[in-house]
Amino acid sequence: MADTPQAVEVNCETGEVTYRDLTADEIAAQAVAAQAAADQKAAADAEAAKVEADKAAAQAKLAALGLTADEIAALSK
Amino acid sequence: MANPTMTLIGSPIVVGSGGASSIDFTSIPSTYTDLIIKVSARTTRSLFYDNLTMTFNNISSGYQTLRLTDNQSSGTSSDNLTGLSYFYVGEIDGANATSNTFSNIEIYVPNYLSSNPKSVSDDNVMENNSSQVYIGLHAHLWNYSGNPAINRITFASDSGSSFVQYSTFTLYGINNS
Repeated sequence: MADTPQAVEVNCETGEVTYRDLTADEIAAQAVAAQAAADQKAAADAEAAKVEADKAAAQAKLAALGLTADEIAALSK
Repeated sequence: MANPTMTLIGSPIVVGSGGASSIDFTSIPSTYTDLIIKVSARTTRSLFYDNLTMTFNNISSGYQTLRLTDNQSSGTSSDNLTGLSYFYVGEIDGANATSNTFSNIEIYVPNYLSSNPKSVSDDNVMENNSSQVYIGLHAHLWNYSGNPAINRITFASDSGSSFVQYSTFTLYGINNS
């Protein structure tokens, strides 16, 4: 990859394709977007992990009540 | 008698070895009825996926995306995202997806010259030799003050990552008569 990120523009009237370095403001905006995406991913991962943990705990409680594995699986079908 | 045609507009963009942070189609002619954009892309994000975004006319408000997504690992989900600064146009391959695999997306923009809110649809699939694979169908709406005709379309990733070499973006115009 280039040291400085680039934007690509195609002028649809002329067909001219232009590569230009991003401005400092655009690079800063990219960094903000990257952090926001990372935060969003972390939140989604945490939520998914909690769902899995809750599911496992619920299945363990049902098993303790005497349900078979097939009966527990049938509840989510 | 109607004679529909599909015409390449401008030049296909094939990202070079330096990568690209955004892809921008400007000065889109107002001589067509609808637009189609075909995308094959992958980014440098350090995950198996990334999110492709699309804006019109360099405007960052008024976007809505309704997503129906299936992930082989976690199943089917849907959400309705409103008040966005861009459309979410599908999941695409990130750096951790199988090497040299790319996503495929087709975006349809009917009546891009209309003075009404613009409806858009896309279908997308990312490629990955793993259970972590996304496919999706999206319905979009751009409802912006004045509902201007679309003359510019810009693509980026919402993580700020760059498109890798050989990512390809191609714009077509559809004439219905």
